[in-house]
Amino acid sequence: MTVPRVAALVVVLALAALPAVLSSYAVTVFIFIFFYAYLGQAWNLVGGYAGQLSAGHAAFVGLGAYTAAMLSMTLGLTPWVGMFVGGALAAALGALIAYLGFRFGLRGFYFVLLTVAFAEIGRIVALNTDAVGGALGLYITFTGNPRQFQFQDNRAYYYVALVMMLAATALVAALERRRFGEYLKAIREDENACEALGVDTFRYKLLAMVLSSFLTGVGGTFYAYYLFSLQPNAVFGIPLSVEIMIRPIVGGAGTALGPVLGSFILSPLGELSRVYLSQGAWSGLHLIVYGVLLIVVVLFFPQGAYPTLLKLGGSMSRSSPKPPHRI
Amino acid sequence: MDLTLVGQGLLSGLLFGGVYSLMAVGLTLIFGVMRVVNFAHGDMMVWGMYLAWMLATRAGIDPYVGFPVCAAVLFTLGWAVQRGLVHRIVDAPHEMQILLMLGVALVLENAALVAFGPDPQRVRSPLTASTLWLGPLFVDVGRLVTFGVALALTGALWVFLGHTDLGRRIRAASDNPYGALVIGTDVGRVYAIAFGIGAACVGAAGALVSPILPFQPAGGLSLSVASFNIVIIGGMGSLLGAFVGGLLVSVAESLGAVFLAPSMKELVSFSLLIVILLLRPAGLFGRRAA
Repeated sequence: MTVPRVAALVVVLALAALPAVLSSYAVTVFIFIFFYAYLGQAWNLVGGYAGQLSAGHAAFVGLGAYTAAMLSMTLGLTPWVGMFVGGALAAALGALIAYLGFRFGLRGFYFVLLTVAFAEIGRIVALNTDAVGGALGLYITFTGNPRQFQFQDNRAYYYVALVMMLAATALVAALERRRFGEYLKAIREDENACEALGVDTFRYKLLAMVLSSFLTGVGGTFYAYYLFSLQPNAVFGIPLSVEIMIRPIVGGAGTALGPVLGSFILSPLGELSRVYLSQGAWSGLHLIVYGVLLIVVVLFFPQGAYPTLLKLGGSMSRSSPKPPHRI
Repeated sequence: MDLTLVGQGLLSGLLFGGVYSLMAVGLTLIFGVMRVVNFAHGDMMVWGMYLAWMLATRAGIDPYVGFPVCAAVLFTLGWAVQRGLVHRIVDAPHEMQILLMLGVALVLENAALVAFGPDPQRVRSPLTASTLWLGPLFVDVGRLVTFGVALALTGALWVFLGHTDLGRRIRAASDNPYGALVIGTDVGRVYAIAFGIGAACVGAAGALVSPILPFQPAGGLSLSVASFNIVIIGGMGSLLGAFVGGLLVSVAESLGAVFLAPSMKELVSFSLLIVILLLRPAGLFGRRAA
């Protein structure tokens, strides 16, 4: 086994053993770290590797969450199945957005604006459809039944979120080395050159979007059954889309560990400011911090924290790994 | 369907369209000149609204009188954002610019939240209390004045860009920055001025709409999205497209509110966006797909 593999194994085992010594509140913080790392990893496929910035990934969380919750409430279908139905619907929506956004070789901001527009459409439709609760949203009754994706013990959610994060990271790390991952990176670096070499860029961007929206949609079920309430403005809102994309960007977009690192940096920060700053007039302060952070990262660390750390480590230890690409 | 209702919808849509046009003209000017999408556009508009609100409540100045002050403050803000931030990455990939402007948007929106609180506000103006009757249709005088001023400002910008030396330099830098540089244009300064003018447009639009529309800090994003829609429908970078697109989208939304549920009117403009992207991705008046 190589050194990185041993290190990864040690970290995974440590994370698996951690709930035994953590307080209940600390477990909650870790659940958010893992969950947002998972969503960030899903975004990373299309936003990081393929370089197609989506600012509306909340649409997929919302669609997945509403689908699983509605299937469970009306048909009695367990969310363990519903989560994949939600993922499939999210993937279909992702395919539609990608089709509209990538056709005719439209590039850059067209796609960004489309993703934002579709998230807003989702929000407006959810707000105005009484069958899914309208403006009041959906409330899920807590039963504590694991078959209904509900757990009495917070630590169960911890392990579910941990597995989701690890699985998504393993998937992205595996894709990174394959032809698919190489194509995505090549598209990000120079789409014209890719096309000249005969790569069907439309197809690979579409595939990246479908996979990314599927994973995000699956994450929606966790959102629904961890928070037990779905509000259109929260679950389809732009703030959630920003939460999803800011972690991989700060951590290092287009690297397999970037979203995880970004989530370990930002989720505790968000949690702290939520606890200490969300009272009364200061409720906007943590988003101001996010805004400033985005500006600072773009201007000074456009590659994100993970590649910057690698560079620092590399200059000291000589065994410098190949620096990952920027977005 | 009652024809009067449809006529009323058409009329109020057209009148509100002046504001949409002014917003979109500001956005398309910034994009046309430096190829940067101002994601903070709607939040700048919200600051225009709150500035008008402060002028009205603290100094008793009516928004229809005070809007140039709002425009001037937003010009300075736009200038500063361009000089301090956008200037550094004007040649960077689109994604980086979008992220930067998203950061600016977050700061502006939440600074407004910290400063003014989350509750919706509205500015009172005596003009909004009176109405005119045109046969069977009625017109809110406030909306009429808003429409007139917005139209006049758009026209003034048109004349400025077409017939003044600075305006020509802005267009030159937009067509070919290198060529403009060669003939002695300070392109950096022109960019900052263009960004300032774009922000001033949306600041004035905000002040003009503040007696008509209740506003709150969280509203910036949907205003940004509305501006993006209009500009894509009209054609990115085209002033005429932004102007016509603004009127078109507003009329479509207003008719949508008549025929569908009022809360669904935003869906109409999104549907229009999707149809345009399918049939004519460069927009109605766009010369090229960017």
